[in-house]
Amino acid sequence: MLNVGKIEEGFVLDHIPAGKSMSIYYHLGLDKLDCTVAIIKNAKSDKLGKKDIVKVECDINTLDLDVLAVICHTITVNVIKDGEIIEKKELVLPETLTNVMKCKNPRCITSIEQELPHIFYLADPVKEVYRCKYCDEKNSGI
Amino acid sequence: MRHLMNPLDFSVEELEKLFDLANDIENNPAKYAHACDGKILATCFYEPSTRTRLSFESAMLRLGGQVLGFSEATSSSAAKGESVSDTIRVVSCYADICAMRHPKEGAPMVAASKSKIPVINAGDGGHQHPTQTLTDLLTIRTKKGQLGNCTIGLCGDLKFGRTVHSLINALVRYENVRFILISPEELRIPSYLRDKLTDMGVEFQEVIKLEDVMPELDLLYMTRVQKERFFNEEDYVRLKDFYVLNKQKMENAKEDMLVLHPLPRVNEISVEVDNDPRAVYFDQAQYGVYVRMALILTLLESAKN
Repeated sequence: MLNVGKIEEGFVLDHIPAGKSMSIYYHLGLDKLDCTVAIIKNAKSDKLGKKDIVKVECDINTLDLDVLAVICHTITVNVIKDGEIIEKKELVLPETLTNVMKCKNPRCITSIEQELPHIFYLADPVKEVYRCKYCDEKNSGI
Repeated sequence: MRHLMNPLDFSVEELEKLFDLANDIENNPAKYAHACDGKILATCFYEPSTRTRLSFESAMLRLGGQVLGFSEATSSSAAKGESVSDTIRVVSCYADICAMRHPKEGAPMVAASKSKIPVINAGDGGHQHPTQTLTDLLTIRTKKGQLGNCTIGLCGDLKFGRTVHSLINALVRYENVRFILISPEELRIPSYLRDKLTDMGVEFQEVIKLEDVMPELDLLYMTRVQKERFFNEEDYVRLKDFYVLNKQKMENAKEDMLVLHPLPRVNEISVEVDNDPRAVYFDQAQYGVYVRMALILTLLESAKN
């Protein structure tokens, strides 16, 4: 088993379905941050068989984790401060998502006016369906 | 200040008020002939639509107001690449209220978010056409006396037909409405709408043959199969004349059933049906003017506050 050291402050995202870690990396904007990020792919898991883990060493107020719920709401989010877990965050589907996913409807106004933000609203919390604010097209995943 | 993007923007109670006003306009047109003196309606039509644009213009002129605008994108600054947001900012300086039609879905919503004046969605692609729905509701309410307690057959293109989607969404808010959805297999209502009806416990059935259900209907809403909604010409040609309502089919209908159609009609209603007293699709066009007059008055009033 690969060993990655403890972090002092930041997040440990556990129980990520195998293969989803890179999607999380980009959607959280980790590629744009100047901080230490560890991505572990296909780690053994009793619960999932295989899982991914992402560790981010950063100020805990810098990341907006809303998008995680959309990728997979069963991800475990451990908030770390002074090397200890201070909170296990529960993921809740956000009411709106801005510029997280793109509307793919060729008839939508966002297809011709590039400067418009792509805004989706939570249309069905049970089925986890988001729809485009402008054209009501269902999102096809992120 | 209010806008109208979706027929559901107005509650059932607000719609009742709007329809009462429309009926008062119908019965006392002189009372409203100068209600909009000095006001200007901008009709920003990025795609051609003679009927809706003329209906809006007629509504404003009958209220004593004036109209300016454009009727296709090529004669507007959009041809030079101007965004909808910029256009409405400028139009807000020229007019008091704006009716916008655009081929792209959500364009009027973008306009409303930047506008200083009320914006009415006059049709955005295959998405919403709220004033058509208000027209349909006003026609039904006026002719039937109520908007609930009926069996309505919706026939034709139920997949791309935005008027049908909007009308279903509007009618499910009334009690005891039963839907019979009549379409070829390829043009059935979208699954999200079917799921909604199921989840809400609304009674509905889907059938292919119009003849089979004619005797059950209190209202029959016919629609045109719209060429512009198809990516494939072959599919359009195959489906365009799937339904033709004629005298013979009308013989099996109730004596007080009403036939509605958002118009323009092509072949789906034979001209021999036009003289049947149950055919109210041309009356619908008249109610379209009354409801737009009521809407203009209501939104202009909201802009004062």
